[in-house]
Amino acid sequence: MIRTLLSGDYPRSRALSVLLLAILAGLALAPFVFPGTRSLDVAAKVCVFILLVASYDLLLGYTGIVSFAHTMFFGIGAYGVAIAVSRLGPSWGSLVLGSLAALACSALLALLIGVLSLRVKTIFFAMITLAVASFFAILASQLSGFTGGEDGLTYKLPELLLPGTKLLQAPLAGVEINGKIVSYYLVFFAAAALFLALLRVVNSPFGRVLQAIRENDFRAEAIGYRSVFYRSAANCVAALAASAAGILYAIWLRYAGPDTTLSLDIMMDVLLMVVIGGMGTMYGAVVGATLFVIAQNYLQDLMKLASDAAAGIPFVPALLHPDRWLLWLGILFILSVYRFPAGIVGKLRSK
Amino acid sequence: MSQAKDALPRASLDKIPLVLIPLIAVAALPLIPSLPTWVTLTIAGLAMGMMIFIMASGLTLVFGLMDVMNFAHGAFITIGAFVATSVLLPLAAWTEADKLWLNLAALLSAILAAMVVAGVLGLAFERVIIKPVYGQHLKQILITMGGLIVAEQSIHVIWGPDIIGLPKPAALRGSFIFGDIAIEKYRVLAVIVGLAVFAAMFGVLNRTRIGLLIRAGVEDSEMVEALGYRIRRIFIGVFVAGSALAGLGGVMWALYQETVSSAMGMQVMILIFIVIIIGGLGSVGGCFIGSLLVGLMANYVGFLAPKIALGSNILLMVLILLWRPQGLYPVAKR
Repeated sequence: MIRTLLSGDYPRSRALSVLLLAILAGLALAPFVFPGTRSLDVAAKVCVFILLVASYDLLLGYTGIVSFAHTMFFGIGAYGVAIAVSRLGPSWGSLVLGSLAALACSALLALLIGVLSLRVKTIFFAMITLAVASFFAILASQLSGFTGGEDGLTYKLPELLLPGTKLLQAPLAGVEINGKIVSYYLVFFAAAALFLALLRVVNSPFGRVLQAIRENDFRAEAIGYRSVFYRSAANCVAALAASAAGILYAIWLRYAGPDTTLSLDIMMDVLLMVVIGGMGTMYGAVVGATLFVIAQNYLQDLMKLASDAAAGIPFVPALLHPDRWLLWLGILFILSVYRFPAGIVGKLRSK
Repeated sequence: MSQAKDALPRASLDKIPLVLIPLIAVAALPLIPSLPTWVTLTIAGLAMGMMIFIMASGLTLVFGLMDVMNFAHGAFITIGAFVATSVLLPLAAWTEADKLWLNLAALLSAILAAMVVAGVLGLAFERVIIKPVYGQHLKQILITMGGLIVAEQSIHVIWGPDIIGLPKPAALRGSFIFGDIAIEKYRVLAVIVGLAVFAAMFGVLNRTRIGLLIRAGVEDSEMVEALGYRIRRIFIGVFVAGSALAGLGGVMWALYQETVSSAMGMQVMILIFIVIIIGGLGSVGGCFIGSLLVGLMANYVGFLAPKIALGSNILLMVLILLWRPQGLYPVAKR
């Protein structure tokens, strides 16, 4: 059972297994173990970003493609739901319609970008995707009649998913079971299922070919695998998964805007999560995303304490200012690219 | 006599890309309602193109020479701009004075400071960040992106997170008026500086020994090394010069926008990438033409349909890549 679920790709390290189980348990029981709006928000964000980062890892870690357009697909997913639901009303039909439209749009766009520019060098692809993604972000904020511009879109969802809906009369284990809990579990189970699907993809023969292309595309081509075809396919699969993550995020937030889904800052965050967690290991996405989102939300509190403690010393408080948490993660990122390219997961496995 | 005959024939210049610039300018003429507007837009476009060229030239040369794409190039632009605020704002007495030479002295000192700081940081960046990952493209992209994050955050630490206003020196505000045609004074300055940089670069690359080595290195760096030249040293020089030019471009761009924010480098980088893709990775001449094309296109389309200004540049890039997949002037070895 577990073997089938994990596609035979075990964590292969006791410490990593414990860590993954702890994350899984924490996320599965989040509404009960960490009650409160903020912590539930963090848990849902972790779920969404695990999926997003895992799909990016399929590109970066497994295929060796650097794309900066990944948040574009994330945004397409979120905006697909947002536009459909706010235009057609909060029904399940419009939710599904928006999701399907977003997935189709992502797949098409990914195919187009892939076929046009994956033939050439890594750097070229990275530059082109960066340009296209920033164009897309500007487009979303310019077409305000359609996307809500800078303000984004706020919308209602089917009644089952709204926080006002009570499902049980009495609270369960001290927690009121309302629509928010339902939508959390929708996000959680969908993200888990898609993560396992991605794990299946990278451990399939197709995934092997991708890794062969990453290692030596010339040789892979010589054995008879058309690397353009495989790269484009990987690009499409990753785009679809990223859109799915966007759809889940839109369902959770009931809001879609340029800053939460499309901005280049999120792309940077995803890059940091993949590399710190461990490139080329799906479990790295889990570890990286969890650490990063928690740091994003709680490290600042810690840094504020440290900054206050260092108040007398010149310059140090500025370095420890709560808003500077990204500086430290950036340094950690550079060190991990040099020192341990397989990230935290690689470090745990090598022990 | 016979020696001249035996010498290799000079590579003929591919003139078709040169025609594109007047072609775009003429094509825009019927679309724009009045001639004075067209002249103003054309000058504005050329000025913008010159500023982009100043920032992009170093990057494309570094790539051509050493196969290194520095995604953190934008950080040097931002740092140049912030250094300019640190120099120009305290010198407000000079920049607000009614004398042209005082204004220019303030501007010149800001430019010098920005170029020195960006150059020194470029040297440090090359030594610490890029040196360990030569030849590994994937790591290069990742590591320079990391460098960009750290640089942006360090700017926050030093200059604070707020957007800083940076007014132009008094003598450079306003426009020259010829009849119906208004030309902003600052844009004229940008064109002059851009042309000077282009001329200097062209002179160094084509008329000096070091330029010869750089050009040879772009064509085939292994061969240059085999002949006994240390290509690494040349490369470091080019990297530092490119960073210093990015600093200069940052000052020009900041005064053009009159605001400085830590995200400006990244915003300009998008245009720079488009420019060097259009020009052909590694080609300085292509970079120059690409910059002018992008500058003109941005201004014409920005006037006709402001919402799709950046989109038009992406479209331009796609069209040019469909025509010449390696860019306008492909560099031989790639």
